[in-house]
Amino acid sequence: MKFHMMHLMPYADLDPSYSEKYPSSWLTLPNSYYDPKKGAKLYNRYIDELVYADTCGFDGVCVNEHHSNAYGLMPIPGVIAGALARATKKATIAVLGRALPLLNNPLTVAEEYAMLDNITEGRLIAGFVRGIGAEYHAWSSNPANSHERFHEAHDMIVRAWAETEPFAFYGKHYQFNYVNVWPRVYQQPRPKIWIPSQGSTETIQWAADASRRYTYLQTFSPLAALRKYMTMYREQADKNGWTAGPEHMGWSCPVYVAETDEQARAEAKPHIEFMFNKLLRMTPEMLLPPGYTSVASIKGMLLAKGNVTAAGKAEKTIDDLIASGMFLCGSPATVREQITTMQKELGFGVFISLMQFGSLPHELTMTNIRTFADDVIPHIRPLGETVTETAEA
Amino acid sequence: MTDVAEIFHELNGCKVRVLRGGKGAPVLFLHGARGATSWTPFMHKLAERYDLIVPEHPGYGGSDTPEWLDNVGDLAYFYLDLIKSLGLTDVLVIGNSLGGWIATEIAVRNTAAIKSLVLIAPAGIYVQGVQRGDIFLWNHAQTTRNLFHDQSIAERLLATEPTESEIDLMLKNNLMTAKLTWAPRLYNPDLCKWMHRIDVPTQIIWGDDDKLIPVAYADAFQKLIPGSRMQVVKNCGHLPHIEKADETLAVIAEFEGEAQ
Repeated sequence: MKFHMMHLMPYADLDPSYSEKYPSSWLTLPNSYYDPKKGAKLYNRYIDELVYADTCGFDGVCVNEHHSNAYGLMPIPGVIAGALARATKKATIAVLGRALPLLNNPLTVAEEYAMLDNITEGRLIAGFVRGIGAEYHAWSSNPANSHERFHEAHDMIVRAWAETEPFAFYGKHYQFNYVNVWPRVYQQPRPKIWIPSQGSTETIQWAADASRRYTYLQTFSPLAALRKYMTMYREQADKNGWTAGPEHMGWSCPVYVAETDEQARAEAKPHIEFMFNKLLRMTPEMLLPPGYTSVASIKGMLLAKGNVTAAGKAEKTIDDLIASGMFLCGSPATVREQITTMQKELGFGVFISLMQFGSLPHELTMTNIRTFADDVIPHIRPLGETVTETAEA
Repeated sequence: MTDVAEIFHELNGCKVRVLRGGKGAPVLFLHGARGATSWTPFMHKLAERYDLIVPEHPGYGGSDTPEWLDNVGDLAYFYLDLIKSLGLTDVLVIGNSLGGWIATEIAVRNTAAIKSLVLIAPAGIYVQGVQRGDIFLWNHAQTTRNLFHDQSIAERLLATEPTESEIDLMLKNNLMTAKLTWAPRLYNPDLCKWMHRIDVPTQIIWGDDDKLIPVAYADAFQKLIPGSRMQVVKNCGHLPHIEKADETLAVIAEFEGEAQ
């Protein structure tokens, strides 16, 4: 199994009392809540943490894109990836991903990824996402065209990497007379493509197409969703006439490891709850603008709630998060066992751990990285390295 | 009482649901983002004097969502075709909000079959410095409250949970409204350049307490459409034909009397 450390680069110094005045830490929270003196220190600290993961033996590091929010301070993730390209030596660098439908010129992503792939001599992993709903508000991109624009932008980027002569691209949303990306990607025929998602039938069907076979990452989800969507991916691949291997499936999850379960819980509690209750605080209208998800799935949610006019939801506790499997927390033995159990059941070969979350301070983050690298990774690395026979269990 | 018929009319590969009732000169009513599923008191009274035709826009309610539908201009051409296909002439076109935007787009293209225009709090243009509401960020309850001045109307509407079929309609309408109006939000940057082409009598009606498109937009519309008249309805939100149906009908009657 391959182990990657993900960072969201949250604004950890966010005044938690903001939620008395504002409904969300996204979109409409005034940026007066951001102190550049503190933010500058956070950026450099967070880059150090990712570089440390490289020296500790993680296989890769991951960054991603969010806009106008305190949850993740990487509106332009290529800036961080560029810094990591020089500061890391061995780790792959995954940008998970660029939100293609937001862009009026997706060729910027073809170019940005090609540059990163060259500077790192082939350590780039290319992530493509649609972004979460709030980005469509923040970047004035029409959510009703999200799927169309994603597919069209993806097709153009992948073709731009494959072709070695200029070509014209005329789509519904994007039109270029000359597509001719300099530099070419370092990895031939192209970098690995990863598709992170919180679970979408459409995305899985698309990623598991025999012509793509993109690695599907289930991010920040309860175990029930992890099971459902990984099984769906594997079955979809079977239907399409190919067999999904460990390298085609990944699980992304916040992780905290300490000497004992009790210590881990006590240390992580305020910080993971800050992440879920303050940084991920969002209204349904921000999260699910019309067209972002299918009408059928929004309707299911509305009917499940049973009350279209209901507002707000209960805050999550660390116990809820651990119980649902959205947070792996405990002694190295506990965390090893949880990952092993899920791996044996589902057969994924990529594990992405969020080692800093919410307000988790630098020292605890560094210890978390070191402990995971020393006491978890070496023990379970062989998982998924050979074809497991337990996938049907 | 006027009888209302539900008719399905197929045109350009799109079947549209049309409510039609009353006798007299033809009136085409173009609904806003919430659709037009039922025959409202306003429509009932209009149908006492007119042949009232209320289609649900392609992409809304009981109408098909055609492949060709991408923007409000597409709807304008569709309605010009519909007017022709129904053999209508001398039509009074009434539009509210999104429907007022469609009516304006129709009128800058061709007024040959149009006698006059009533625009009730129309979308379609942008006025710098005037803050509009955000229908996509408001939740269901906030939207309902912000559409009305009289909050007792909103409370009455919110007292009942929508049924499953009402949720279906709401989601379908929301999806098409996003497709048509998300960006540029609720307007077409090119429209204001050509509104001088509107050469039929035009009445603009606006609620003084419109929280979605504030009444300051009424002045801008009046300036852009030559010879247009404007009436502000007091103590009224974004839907004067619902919140102040009688006053709105009186304004239309007076306008039509003079516009003959």
